[in-house]
Amino acid sequence: MTRRIVLSFVVLLGAAWLGACRKKPEPAPAPTTVAVADNAASQRRADSIAAEATRRRADSIAAEAAHRRADSLANARGGSATDADAQRVQNVLRQNLSQAVYFDYDKDQLRDEAHVILDGKAAILMANAAVTLAITGHTDEQGTAEYNLALGQRRAAQVKRYLVSKGVEEGRLTAQSLGDSQPAVQGTDEASYQQNRRAEFVAGNASGALARPRS
Amino acid sequence: MSLMIIRRALGALLLISAPLVAQDTTRGVRIGLTYDPGARPGVVVLPGKGVGADSIRAIIQRDLDFGDRVSVIELDAGALGEANRVASPNWRVLAKLGAAAAVQVTLTSTGLHLAVYDVPKQTTALIRDYVAPPMSQMRGWRAVLHGLSDDLEESFTGTRGIARTRVLFARANRLWAVDSDGEQMVLVAETGTPLSAAWHPNGTMITYTTLIPSQVVVKDLSSGRERTVAGGSGVFISPVFTPDGSSVVYGHGVDDGVDIYIAPVTGGGGRRLSVGRGSDNVSPSFSPDGRRIAFMSGRAGHPEIYTMDADGTNVDLLTPLEFGENAHRAAPDWSPDGGSVAFHSKIGGTFQIMTISLRDRGLKQLTSDGRNEDASWAPDGRHLTFTSNRSGVKQLWVLDVETSRSRQLTRGAGEARNPAWSPRLSSN
Repeated sequence: MTRRIVLSFVVLLGAAWLGACRKKPEPAPAPTTVAVADNAASQRRADSIAAEATRRRADSIAAEAAHRRADSLANARGGSATDADAQRVQNVLRQNLSQAVYFDYDKDQLRDEAHVILDGKAAILMANAAVTLAITGHTDEQGTAEYNLALGQRRAAQVKRYLVSKGVEEGRLTAQSLGDSQPAVQGTDEASYQQNRRAEFVAGNASGALARPRS
Repeated sequence: MSLMIIRRALGALLLISAPLVAQDTTRGVRIGLTYDPGARPGVVVLPGKGVGADSIRAIIQRDLDFGDRVSVIELDAGALGEANRVASPNWRVLAKLGAAAAVQVTLTSTGLHLAVYDVPKQTTALIRDYVAPPMSQMRGWRAVLHGLSDDLEESFTGTRGIARTRVLFARANRLWAVDSDGEQMVLVAETGTPLSAAWHPNGTMITYTTLIPSQVVVKDLSSGRERTVAGGSGVFISPVFTPDGSSVVYGHGVDDGVDIYIAPVTGGGGRRLSVGRGSDNVSPSFSPDGRRIAFMSGRAGHPEIYTMDADGTNVDLLTPLEFGENAHRAAPDWSPDGGSVAFHSKIGGTFQIMTISLRDRGLKQLTSDGRNEDASWAPDGRHLTFTSNRSGVKQLWVLDVETSRSRQLTRGAGEARNPAWSPRLSSN
């Protein structure tokens, strides 16, 4: 779960920190709830794992955001943003663009947390008109390779549709399934499966400095 | 597995090297055994002479055993010793063992020499010489021996065996082929993350899809030449040849579901057959006459098996629509006799192999041990290979649907997936 927590936390942290740079500290983000609807036993287990992960993620996000706010306020008192700050902004923007979103078992619907992450990407893409985004859809290893390839394509397409609905030009986005061929983690337990049910992102035309989205 | 072991004390025994009466025998002609379809003829494979004799005997015994149509009568050590000393078939003892026939194969300078004895008639029923590569060219040599086993099975039962067939499958993002007896596993394709594959009807070519780049490839197995039949953005999945071998039918989709397409092997681009309206439509499998295609579709909200005409019209739901957490049927494979479609169905939270009859839609559950998926018919229409985790890691297994006898086909590290059983092979 580590990777997911860190990544999820990066986008929210980034949002908090970018806000802080403008000297408008935001309240800590509320914990997101993972919407899952399935009554299978394995799904219940997945629910508990996801809920626990969400809770821990929210806790660390809140703590880290508070810490960052304090840092930023101190920086603000000390003067203007430094080069290191500018680099930090770039890192956060890039991490936001590449941050994965996760899916429920056998589903292509976007979770609430995915909406937050994708809204962040959409804002960056809108502020950087040349940047493209390659979306790859992935599944866990349950089910046949062929079914999973179709499911991964649905996931990638769902993400693409959402970004388009947020105003990103369709031509800047590609959706490609990799099925279960490239698991993020090895393992045959639900925690591993959850990390593998995802969409990943690779930004293109993004070698120069990225503009910050307008708030 | 479970060779019939005869542990009786055998006295003066068998056989061999009496002057044999050469007979004019034609390939595929039934020899004069009394064959009751309800009972398997008993066959003794006699020890041969010289180099490789034990290997040859072991391979033939296993082929006949795996064919599930004859009973291989094993000899104990004492009987084997006798067999090597005595000069002609001991008809009395062979008859006592319940053998309808005895077989002996010897390695020659040009290949293999086969002799078949009709035990009830006490005659030599068949003599044939096979040209084979040297034993050191193991795969080709074994292929000839498997073909010999298939000839034997055809002689004994009227139905040709499936020993000389191979199974394609994916493991660790590579494509492999393995002989029907689980031996001679070779790498077939490794670049671009090859995923699912199928055989050309004549067994000399395969088609497979890769993920990176996303495409459908046709490969000639003897020359190794490859040709991209279709490709581009999105996914390309589950290719099969049309029964006439002229085109490839496959699943393809970009942003709006996956549909079934057809593209000529010679190139010229794909044409959409199914109208999935945003749903997933994959895993096409032709009826033997080429008129209908079975496929998986999620158009009803979950995967079920449908059939349609080869041009994409006249779609019918084949499997009875089910709702709830077990509603998931996928990976259809039309049987070679055209009478049924094998698929896997979610049962009790896992997957099992089933068949559905085209005549009365009768369902049969064929597996229950572990998780079993992705069935592919052998050309005899009696055996299926599929993936199963019953021994731990997902491996290929073979099931005889008439006796429910099963055996593990692949071993080794890594999950085996997406099996595709070849037609009967005459080369490669």
